[in-house]
Amino acid sequence: MGTNAIMENTTAGQGVKKMEASFLIDATKCIGCRGCQISCKSWNQNGTDRTTAGPTFTNPPKLNSKTYTNIAFFESEQNGAVSWNFARNGCFHCKKPACASVCPVEALVKTPEGPVIYRAERCIGCRYCMLACPFNVPKYEWEKLSPKIQKCTFCYDRLLAGMIPACAKTCPTGTIHFSDSIEKNLAEAKKRISENPGKYHNHIYGEKEAGGTSVLLLSALPLDQIGHAKVGDQVLPDLTWKYISGIPAIIGVVLAAGIGSWVITRRMKNMDKEDE
Amino acid sequence: MSTERHEIKMFTPMTLGLLILIIAGAVSVYKRMTLGLGATTNLQDDFPWGFWIGFDVLGGVAMAAGGFVIASAVYLFNMKKYKPIARPAILTAFLGYLLAASGIFLDIGQPFRIWHPMVMWQVHSIMFIVAIHVVIYTTVLAMESSPMFFERIGLKGVQRFVEKIMMPIALFGTLLSTLHQSSLGAVYLIVPDKLHPLWYSSLLPFSFLVSAIMMGLSMVSFESILSSKFFKHQANVGILSGLARGSMVAIGFYFVLKIFVLLKGPGIGAAFAGTMEARLYLLEMAVGVIVPLILLLIPAMRNSTGSIFLVNCLVIVGVVINRMNVAIFGLLRHAHERGASYFPTTNEFMVTLFLVALGIFLFKFACKYFNVLSYEEVKQ
Repeated sequence: MGTNAIMENTTAGQGVKKMEASFLIDATKCIGCRGCQISCKSWNQNGTDRTTAGPTFTNPPKLNSKTYTNIAFFESEQNGAVSWNFARNGCFHCKKPACASVCPVEALVKTPEGPVIYRAERCIGCRYCMLACPFNVPKYEWEKLSPKIQKCTFCYDRLLAGMIPACAKTCPTGTIHFSDSIEKNLAEAKKRISENPGKYHNHIYGEKEAGGTSVLLLSALPLDQIGHAKVGDQVLPDLTWKYISGIPAIIGVVLAAGIGSWVITRRMKNMDKEDE
Repeated sequence: MSTERHEIKMFTPMTLGLLILIIAGAVSVYKRMTLGLGATTNLQDDFPWGFWIGFDVLGGVAMAAGGFVIASAVYLFNMKKYKPIARPAILTAFLGYLLAASGIFLDIGQPFRIWHPMVMWQVHSIMFIVAIHVVIYTTVLAMESSPMFFERIGLKGVQRFVEKIMMPIALFGTLLSTLHQSSLGAVYLIVPDKLHPLWYSSLLPFSFLVSAIMMGLSMVSFESILSSKFFKHQANVGILSGLARGSMVAIGFYFVLKIFVLLKGPGIGAAFAGTMEARLYLLEMAVGVIVPLILLLIPAMRNSTGSIFLVNCLVIVGVVINRMNVAIFGLLRHAHERGASYFPTTNEFMVTLFLVALGIFLFKFACKYFNVLSYEEVKQ
């Protein structure tokens, strides 16, 4: 919020737009080096897990409280040859995040610059954010006695200091492309699809999912084939807000019905008594 | 003053059984508090809410609905006939809410910050709405239960004053309950992609409210019959069949609502698809709705204590299955897709048993030392 105010002050009247952090992640460029995983862990000082060999090269197998991003490996056979596809998992930083809308204490908030960040000192640990997130991103420190939610911060601290997120900085192939405008990344994604017929599955994941996200994905395969959740276009917080905004009406109805029936049934009882 | 309550014996095999459960459960509570959620529960990143939310919170709060249903019948609709059961119904609700709040305390990762929502308002969050209702309504239930306490300690004036202002208290309580019961359903509005379509619906808040009313009526009737057995007094058949008629209307309405939701959503076929979810849906509907409704539609059944008791048991179990379906089974498919699964640990079960046993024990304790059960008979 601080930087936004500064940006607005310094650019007042000059028509310079504010920052709206965004990633365009093009899975066709990914070589599976996992540099993003390492730089993410080292910038955020997140520890490591002891893992064992599994059926895939994905390691750690899932996001967890110490792993904000990972690369999932998908091996398949195409035209008699081995074909690799990679998917980068992490927070999508929704435009209208479900996690922030359900949080009873505003521990999770959408910043004006785009990142959805977590303020641990407010959190009560209800874990509603974990249930609500359509991408299953927030993770919990189950093993701790004073657990926190953990998730990608979009390197909010780096952004405020004028640096791009650690994963994008490290990526050697430009798979993770950072921009200060979602619109610019969206235009770039559309351009790549139209200029390379047949290269991409014709869908920009994140353009419409959950009402639109700050992170956009391009891939050769349909996104649900590389582990991304099938998510509707519905803006999720609208679903609960429709109910919450109806509460004043419910209050009115219940009070009116309650007082009304009290008055009427009392009169009826009194009339019965007079008859007797 | 009643002499009846002094006949309630505290040292019975049942009390002993409850005490054993309470002590064993207390060990599990201690473990949860000292070892953390990860070590004592099967909750995990792909299944963050489990048995405690499904049974203790959703089930427990629905069971407590009898409090507001009876309070509004007596104080808003002036149905004085039900006054004898107002005290046990409201006391049950009070204990139910205290236990649900204890369940939440143990479930959240930072129990000692349970007060945060009270000062950090976030009105877009259903969880905030739910939290604020738990606190205010528990206070209201304490006020509604207070007359018997004042009566006991001899403050007749205060007792009479609270009884005089009972109508606005009951009105406020009814308002809070309506909102709280429906808000618990609204909690799940945010997961259209995760909750199975047999349960996900924009009408979740409304169906939670209606099923809570069913559950509340059945709980109150169930308790009246049980306490008449345990404490050896005559159950009032007039009251029981009145409650049964109320249940019949509520269940009939709920049946229509559920069918409407099914047709509007996944369609009849989904209920007969043979999947785990379809079977559980049919079980919930048969046990909690269809069989009780058929039984209640027979006039003779509505007037016999035995069949009323059966209906009560069916409805209570059926609505609990519904809450477990929404909170656990309806979300399992999504967890399975992510290679995860969930079944509660022994420790999770023990904590819930602890809360339930403590609730029953406190109810019995209150019946012994306060005028809970024989209030109206004594006055007449």
